Amino acid sequence: MINLIIDVSRYLMILLIALYTYLNFRYFSFQDDKRKNSICRRQNILMFLIHLLAYGIIWLETKDERMLVFYGAQVLFFFGYLFLYRLFYRNLSKLLVNNMCMLLSIGFIMLTRLSFDKAVKQFTIVVVAAAVTCIIPFIIDRVWQLSKIPWVYGIGGVILLGIVCVAGTTSYGAQLSIGVAGFSFQPSEFVKISYVFFIATMFYRSVSNRSILLVSGISALHVLILVLSKDLGSALIFFITYVFMLFIATGKWRYLLGGTVGGILASTLAFQLFSHVKTRVAAWLNPWADIAGKGYQISQSLFAIGTGGWFGMGLYRGMPRKIPVVEKDFIFSAISEEMGGIFALCVLLICLGCFLQFMMVAGNMQAVFYKLIAFGLGMIYAIQVFLTVGGVTKFIPSTGVTLPLVSYGGSSVLSTFIIFGIIQGLYILKRNEEEEDQYES
Amino acid sequence: MKANANPKANHQILILTYGIVLLFIGLVVYYGYFLQVKSDSVINNSYNARLDSFADRVVRGEIRSSNGQVLARTDVDGEGHETRVYPFDSMFAHAVGYSVNGKTGLEAQSNFYLLTSHVNIIEQVINELSSKKNQGDNVVTTLDVDLQKKAYEALGKRNGAVVVMEPDTGKILAMVSKPDYNPNTILSDWNSLVAEENTSGQLLNRSTQGLYPPGSTFKIVTALEYIRENPENYKDYVFDCDGIYENGDYSIKCYHETAHGHQNFTQAFANSCNGAFSNLGLMMDLNGLKNTSEQLLFNTDLSLPFPSNRSSYIMAQGADTWQILQTAIGQGQTQITPLHNAMITAAIANGGTLMKPYLIDHVENAGGDIIKKFVPQAYGNIMTAEESAKMTELMQAVITEGTGSALRTDAYTVAGKTGSAEFDKNKETHAWFVGYAPAEHPKIAVSVIVEEGGSGGKTAAPIARSLFDLYFSR
Repeated sequence: MINLIIDVSRYLMILLIALYTYLNFRYFSFQDDKRKNSICRRQNILMFLIHLLAYGIIWLETKDERMLVFYGAQVLFFFGYLFLYRLFYRNLSKLLVNNMCMLLSIGFIMLTRLSFDKAVKQFTIVVVAAAVTCIIPFIIDRVWQLSKIPWVYGIGGVILLGIVCVAGTTSYGAQLSIGVAGFSFQPSEFVKISYVFFIATMFYRSVSNRSILLVSGISALHVLILVLSKDLGSALIFFITYVFMLFIATGKWRYLLGGTVGGILASTLAFQLFSHVKTRVAAWLNPWADIAGKGYQISQSLFAIGTGGWFGMGLYRGMPRKIPVVEKDFIFSAISEEMGGIFALCVLLICLGCFLQFMMVAGNMQAVFYKLIAFGLGMIYAIQVFLTVGGVTKFIPSTGVTLPLVSYGGSSVLSTFIIFGIIQGLYILKRNEEEEDQYES
Repeated sequence: MKANANPKANHQILILTYGIVLLFIGLVVYYGYFLQVKSDSVINNSYNARLDSFADRVVRGEIRSSNGQVLARTDVDGEGHETRVYPFDSMFAHAVGYSVNGKTGLEAQSNFYLLTSHVNIIEQVINELSSKKNQGDNVVTTLDVDLQKKAYEALGKRNGAVVVMEPDTGKILAMVSKPDYNPNTILSDWNSLVAEENTSGQLLNRSTQGLYPPGSTFKIVTALEYIRENPENYKDYVFDCDGIYENGDYSIKCYHETAHGHQNFTQAFANSCNGAFSNLGLMMDLNGLKNTSEQLLFNTDLSLPFPSNRSSYIMAQGADTWQILQTAIGQGQTQITPLHNAMITAAIANGGTLMKPYLIDHVENAGGDIIKKFVPQAYGNIMTAEESAKMTELMQAVITEGTGSALRTDAYTVAGKTGSAEFDKNKETHAWFVGYAPAEHPKIAVSVIVEEGGSGGKTAAPIARSLFDLYFSR
């Protein structure tokens, strides 16, 4: 009987998230606020239903009372976050907050199933991050000085990355994090933001040749240090983001073309120079050749996704923990295995929806500085999602980056909260301006 | 704040956004393709521990012959204890395999299908409510029980292998390997099967993994290369055989030093004259012979859905005389599996087009509805239709006037080649026969090897004869 309930809930969850995803895109076709608000309300209901069903299954499978307490705490958090955010910021993008909560809840569900302790840790970080980043929209609105300190961003970023490169702890062959007061801290997650701010402030001041040269140099330094730290995923994200931002700031196609050609050349060079790049590419081309060694992770991931199929094995019915670092880089495979391929695709589409929101904000901003920031952060987000999902499905070589808001990892969660907070801030800024305009006219 | 320095910024943002959306669409399409099409073959892998957990909810399905006879089934007793039963004992041992202490044969190849249940949803619900397992899907093979039995009995107590194929589809109708084991008692026999002092290798599927010197069956390759080098006048070749062909310090003997006398090309092939073929070897382009061998899939992974060893051919330009003399008649370092020999033969029978050998015809659910159907697939053309016709002519002469006399009959026509492969000076040769029938419209192809069986014509050819007789008597 329990199996039946679990099976039915599984299909129901797929249906609910499909509906949620549909509303996510339907939203863009409406102009009036009333209908938009009604969509967001329905999304909230769907999210809480999925969350409830999932924890129902988790409880049936584990019969562990702690799960119920944990579930209660999460519901409180989501209610509080959704409510307070709306209370503070009347003009916020509800869709963006909804998507954040949806992705977070999926992350909590999957992490609880994978490791209760890690889920609790993640939840704690999320609560703190949510509280702290609540003020970001407020800061964006008031603090003009943010556009005046390019060198703080640029030099700060280089220094932080440099420290990790020299003194970082190595995990899976890459220096990613440093230990500070008992916490493992991954600076590249935050440097992503300072990096976008650096480029935006510099290009906001000037897009003269001298300025371009300067920004290119500092950006190249970022990328180079990341390559030396063997953090190839981040290096790629930084590089592409720079080329795209340069293109948007100058409007010149030759920079995009040059950047693309340069990127291809650099990748080829990296392939020749670094053995770990060769390993990754070999594991991508044919993971079956060394299935017990270098191809192990990706082949386990494909087993997980393939065995789960479109509808998934059901929570606790798969073996996601066979995949090394499943809770971080390979969480997407775990979702696909147990909650189903359709569910996982919906997650991907929700991420795409967030990216579209980012780009709309970028399009709506008048000031170059804000426009570049929204655009740059959006690109960082989109590329990261693409790299992680493409990597675990063998669409592209695996680069070892996390799925924002879903994967386990404090730095990743906090930095994503900051990014979403900044976009939210820009969105609110714009809406406030529009309201004032209306008022004046 | 400053107004936008790049007036086209929004337009360009839009373009890049489209680019990213396109990338995501590509990812979604790839993902769907993977789930829908590719995943079956990917997940059926012994490194995928997930499949074993399927057994918690599904009773392993049956493996059946082409006409529906059960080759392997799972019996469940009153307490839910499951036993895998193989009604034919060791007859299908290597083809069907076993599923304890790891999996082999079809038990491994079709593991995913056997452990997946497609019983209808109502039955699933009823099973669920009564906490019964669902019945797994059944795998219907291409194997023909009568042919398998005939091959199994014909080999008798001797070691060796038999492969029977349909040339125009690639269906494997029979696959026998000896010595064998009884899959019903494999658990209790396990220790003696894998014991170090046990050198007979019962667990090895000789038909797909046994590597043997091809002996005179390799003359098919040598002859084909000679025809390719001399397409118009290959038949002008003549050789005088006195039983021992001497070249410098080396001498090549014909089987039992039989003197074949004056031989033209066809006669040399039909009588399997070693002297003539050694002599041909010295005349030909060695790289050409190597290329032809590799076109016929020597040194190539056959990449079939079941494990197989790759046959090896080593000689190239610059080889010494002795090596050339040996290699041209299928001795020396060349090695081939019985399955590969069957494939070459089947390709000749099928006008040069090799069909991929396969064992699973379709998968059906417990109610008999077809879940997945496997269709014949071409591997490619490994020779031209013209070349295959010329080879057929030569191979028919083997039966009508040469070493394949055991297959002379009015009931059907046969094309084939015998072989007696030397592997140890002090032991009898391995006996080979490869061939197909009817020669005009081939229906089946066989490859037979009897270890230490002596003459191919005397030992292996009669086994092929019994298979053809059975096939055409139906």
